[in-house]
Amino acid sequence: MIAKTEQNRRARKVVQAVAFSVLAVTSALSFFALALILYIMISRGSEAISWEFLTQFPRKLMSEGGIYPALVGSFYLTVGAIVSALPFGVASAIWLSEYAQSGGLWVRVIRVGVNTLSGVPSIVFGLVGLAFFVKVLGMGTSILAGALTLGLLILPVLIRAAEEALHAVPMGFREGALALGATKWYSVRSVVLPTAAPGIITGAILGIGRAIGETAPILFTAAAIYKTRLPQSVFDRTMALPTHIYYMATENPMYWKTRDLQFGAALVLLGMVMILNIGAVTWRARVRRRKKW
Amino acid sequence: MVGKTLEAQRSETIGSTREWIRRNFGSDAIIETENLDFYYGKERVLRDVNLSIPLDGVTAIMGPSGCGKSTLLRTFNRMYELYAGAHAEGKITFLGQDLLKADAVALRRHVGMVFQQPNPFPKSIFDNVAYGPRVHGIRRCNVLTDTVEDSLHRAALWDEVKDRLKDSAFSLSGGQQQRLCIARALAVQPQVLLMDEPCSALDPKATAKIEATTRELAEELTVVIVTHNLQQAGRVSDHVAVFLAGGELAEFGPTKTVFEDPADPRVQDYLAGRFG
Repeated sequence: MIAKTEQNRRARKVVQAVAFSVLAVTSALSFFALALILYIMISRGSEAISWEFLTQFPRKLMSEGGIYPALVGSFYLTVGAIVSALPFGVASAIWLSEYAQSGGLWVRVIRVGVNTLSGVPSIVFGLVGLAFFVKVLGMGTSILAGALTLGLLILPVLIRAAEEALHAVPMGFREGALALGATKWYSVRSVVLPTAAPGIITGAILGIGRAIGETAPILFTAAAIYKTRLPQSVFDRTMALPTHIYYMATENPMYWKTRDLQFGAALVLLGMVMILNIGAVTWRARVRRRKKW
Repeated sequence: MVGKTLEAQRSETIGSTREWIRRNFGSDAIIETENLDFYYGKERVLRDVNLSIPLDGVTAIMGPSGCGKSTLLRTFNRMYELYAGAHAEGKITFLGQDLLKADAVALRRHVGMVFQQPNPFPKSIFDNVAYGPRVHGIRRCNVLTDTVEDSLHRAALWDEVKDRLKDSAFSLSGGQQQRLCIARALAVQPQVLLMDEPCSALDPKATAKIEATTRELAEELTVVIVTHNLQQAGRVSDHVAVFLAGGELAEFGPTKTVFEDPADPRVQDYLAGRFG
């Protein structure tokens, strides 16, 4: 009798150990994927990176020189995207969380719309941008059209981040403001929005990280294969980091000569996305630790 | 010294306001409900409440949990409108006006509120108290400074915070935060102050301070306090309204009379701690 219990106990222990190992290995795998990407990028791309690489124009059919115009172009596109999308995102989130009757028909319709929007493949955004911004609105292939297309792409990210941040504001702040005779709008802009601001900004940074790496939305709306000077206005085409990598690898007649530069550019892009994400997450953690409600 | 002059001014105006109200409305009541029913969706939480809140002193609203006492308080400044599906039927008059038809934003300037949990804004102590005056368009620095000092005096918090007005309101203890919320409510010069179990999150020492402040405030404005604490009602209130489960007003009168000789046997049971 006792021996049997002892056997049972041992069997249970084995099952425990197996389950634990399987789970541990699975989660290690997902970290391993990231480690693998980092390893390949760093081992093959780090040699290409130098001050000149970051500050010079490409030369000799992109087989020499740097990625400066692509960096500048990506900067313009990303800033344009966030500047055009953030006001809409925050305004929608304020309406959804503060004004709309929760569970109302309109709210549900818009929620489904926002969720669907975030699931739309990015190439579709590129085509929509081409059809609407480039053609219908006549912006041409330009920074403006590309930035607006990217803005559309990150809109759901911004709305969701802002809504979450607004929901995290304690009800007591709103009650306190309204009880003093503040209008709803006054309470939102003086108390609710400032309290939610860190969360909204974190969402915006994550949105920038998303926008900066997207290729398909700017492929038809903004990207130039090669330019000898920086864009002069928002109606100019521009080079951008992700499309630069794509063009070097596919469109270049001497693509094999650009390998090192491809990996270098990819490493720079990866590095920027990681810095943005890590920055946003640590900042959010710090704000959360500091808050006292 | 500014505080003194303001104080003197106020006691003049308060005296005359009360006189004026008595003369014009021929009544000692500031808020009166007539056949007031209240619903959350289909659930009825107040039934047929007829109650007159006296102009002078502190009125306590008591009763077992779920009897609708907090709801009643929230009808007086229409805060219930924040909750979906809530609606009131019947009539409430505030200084002769139909309160349920009035502009809620304007009403809340005259009927202030202090909540169960201290809810200071994540701003400085100064900005918390100055919030109300700023809502109502006061921008001039010296007026704001005077109002903030005066309000903090009245909430008995000035001496503890006068050197740290720029500090975050969250650097204060729970009791201080609650007195800050009282100061914040006073800064818009309301005629009525509603207090919804203001001490339930506080220790006995902080509670005693709030109670003392409440007594002093009653000299200048009407205080309505919801409490489930019999001793507290006995200490701070002049009048008491006892509600029973189901939202029925069972008894209303001077605190002493109700406590010593309640007419309703159910109120006797409640006061004896037999339920609720």
